[in-house]
Amino acid sequence: MAKLTFSIGGIHPADSKLARDCKIETLPLPDKVYVSMSQHLGAPAKPVVAVGDSVKTGQILAEPGGFISAYVHSPVSGTVKSIGPRKDLAGFNQTHIEIDVQGDEWAEGIDLTPELVTAIPEDTAFILDRIKMNGVVGLGGATFPTHVKLSPPPGKKADCLILNGAECEPFLTSDFRILLERTDEIVVGAAIMQKVLGCCPCVIGIEENKPEAIAAVRASVARLAYPGIRVETLRKRYPQGGEKQLIDAVMHRQVRSGGLPIDVGAVVQNVATSLAVYEAVQKNKPLVTNVLTVTGDCISPDRQHNYLFRIGMPLSFIAEQAGEVPEGAVKLVSGGPMMGKAIANLDAATVKGSSSILYLGESTRRGQQCPCIRCGRCADACPMGLEPFLLKRLWAAGDDSGLEANAVQDCIECGCCQYSCPANIPLLDNIRMAKARVMGIIRARNAKK
Amino acid sequence: MDKLTVSPSPHLHSKVSTASIMRDVVIALSPAIVVSILFYGWSEILVLAVSSVSCVLLEWLIAKYLMKRPELFSGWSALVTGLLLAMNLPSTTPWWIAVVGAVVAIGVAKMSFGGLGQNLFNPAITARVFLLISFPVQMTNWTVPNGFIGGVDAISGATPLGIIKEGLKAGESISEVLAANGMNAHTLLRDIGGSGGEISALALIAGFIYLLVRKVVKPWIPLSILATIAAIAAIFNGIDPEHFTGPNFNLITGGVLLGALFMATDYVTSPMSKWGGVIYGVGIGLIVMMIRYFGSYPEGMSFAILIMNCFVPLINRAFHQKKYGRA
Repeated sequence: MAKLTFSIGGIHPADSKLARDCKIETLPLPDKVYVSMSQHLGAPAKPVVAVGDSVKTGQILAEPGGFISAYVHSPVSGTVKSIGPRKDLAGFNQTHIEIDVQGDEWAEGIDLTPELVTAIPEDTAFILDRIKMNGVVGLGGATFPTHVKLSPPPGKKADCLILNGAECEPFLTSDFRILLERTDEIVVGAAIMQKVLGCCPCVIGIEENKPEAIAAVRASVARLAYPGIRVETLRKRYPQGGEKQLIDAVMHRQVRSGGLPIDVGAVVQNVATSLAVYEAVQKNKPLVTNVLTVTGDCISPDRQHNYLFRIGMPLSFIAEQAGEVPEGAVKLVSGGPMMGKAIANLDAATVKGSSSILYLGESTRRGQQCPCIRCGRCADACPMGLEPFLLKRLWAAGDDSGLEANAVQDCIECGCCQYSCPANIPLLDNIRMAKARVMGIIRARNAKK
Repeated sequence: MDKLTVSPSPHLHSKVSTASIMRDVVIALSPAIVVSILFYGWSEILVLAVSSVSCVLLEWLIAKYLMKRPELFSGWSALVTGLLLAMNLPSTTPWWIAVVGAVVAIGVAKMSFGGLGQNLFNPAITARVFLLISFPVQMTNWTVPNGFIGGVDAISGATPLGIIKEGLKAGESISEVLAANGMNAHTLLRDIGGSGGEISALALIAGFIYLLVRKVVKPWIPLSILATIAAIAAIFNGIDPEHFTGPNFNLITGGVLLGALFMATDYVTSPMSKWGGVIYGVGIGLIVMMIRYFGSYPEGMSFAILIMNCFVPLINRAFHQKKYGRA
């Protein structure tokens, strides 16, 4: 069968899936967890517990702080020790709820049995309520509240639900592992979201470097026999799992600049989100766990892990479980090596969207910057069809209207340009600053209208 | 552990660097260099050595002492310029002319514009044209291939392009010119004297294929140059074969292959987009054939590339990538 892929740009970094054969292990509980109020896109959640309260696992700790926001639940049972600012992994202060862990007693009404529940509720309002009340957010990176994404604005209709199993970032294997180990639950999750979206067709896209996952999901789809779900093999190419790129690959439609996927009838959800939706709807289980990969090019093969973690666990706790930080580590990254954030603070806590602790060695060091030789590799690599060399020049010249005319605001910050530049020019560093300024100008102009 | 780096993404980088690209170009040029040494012998080695050493040394001296920015010394790129310059010179070129060429290529065409990446004109071609105009006798003293392999004595003479141009100027037809010089259509394609880099089509093409495989260059510029030359030659030769040479002859002689494959594809002085490259290539093909058929010089590849170099900024402005979601 033909392999699908997007039509513009892209790169082929070595996939380095070192932890692909490591089964998911469940981490022990730490003494303390720190639950962030900002683990989703949108307004921070508002705490509904007070210092000294005892909480159970799965109990609501905080409620949404706005329309685009999400519930946050307790990942452990214990006592609320403090509520206040604490540094997140990038070093910014966010409100965290500190909990002294005392065992793991779950709140009432949560089904912890492993039995697969395949019957899908008829009432879509009930489904959406479960998804919202259990704090499900997109786990593909952006952590956008899932119930909002599954409620298209009036007049817009979903033609296709795309389940994103591309996992195109090198090193990451958590999606691959859940596709293998939680296959049926992910497929049921997809069927639930299909139901909410008016029974639209669903395509599960998986990159060709995960043939075992493709076979497992195909078998599950056939066995469970929900209507309108099919699996497509995607070419191994970065950023295949970018929302806009995936829509292009699967539906051959492109989201207009400034538009939303639903404008072209697409709703994209990560496979990990689908698993969270399954647990929320079928088991009434809040999103308090996720899978992350501990991996890297400077740690030995026996130190690679895929862990089922509780949100709020300090990164340092998880790192200790995996062993000492290796001597050769130059950089620690949370997320993939292309778009993840370098960790400034290992004491920071994991959040719903945490996908990895990545130890990178000497290979991550930036090379000496040289003059641009106008080879055009950055423009060839850009999946949005932008000209990074030009954007950098316009930014240096302070030409804001030129930047807007050349679509700097369309940049998805995938890093293909900087990866490809033979002169080691920090193209994305510059473009990010330019994009932030131009977006500000556009917002101000729209506010005036 | 106490010294972890924090910087924005991406945290990975491809292994391709400016140095690795330029090294690939040197590797790609080497078959043609070997062939030229075999054909022309010690004199070719001298030209290659003087040109390369002067280019590299000059760039280093200028970057360090005149511009006081030693980081502008590009190393491999200067070597590429030196080799290309040598391949554009007759093997009989006196060593001091090669040095003058290096001064023009590196000093004038490259460093005075700001060094690597900043020059408007291809440095090696700028130097060749400067030398052609300043030292016309030495620069057209072509030796018929006669080096480590082949015949005994070096024979100096004009290239087939030059012979035919002179004949046509004198009012003879092409068949009369060929008969008068003891040549026929067959030997015409075999005994093509010329500068070091012009004599082995196969070696040049092999090197270029290496660059294609290594994804250093794309084929659009050379293809559009060669296609344009072939098309124009086919039309004119078809109409009047006695006064206009044919496509095969025009593709294989002079600097067409060296120019199309290795000079016109220089990143810095060629357009960045595919269709921009096609316009640029068609322009070069048109100008070469105008000069060959109607100009006073027998060959026009250098002029054609330099003229089209001027249009590159405009072409880059006119042709942009296809953007996502903005069709």
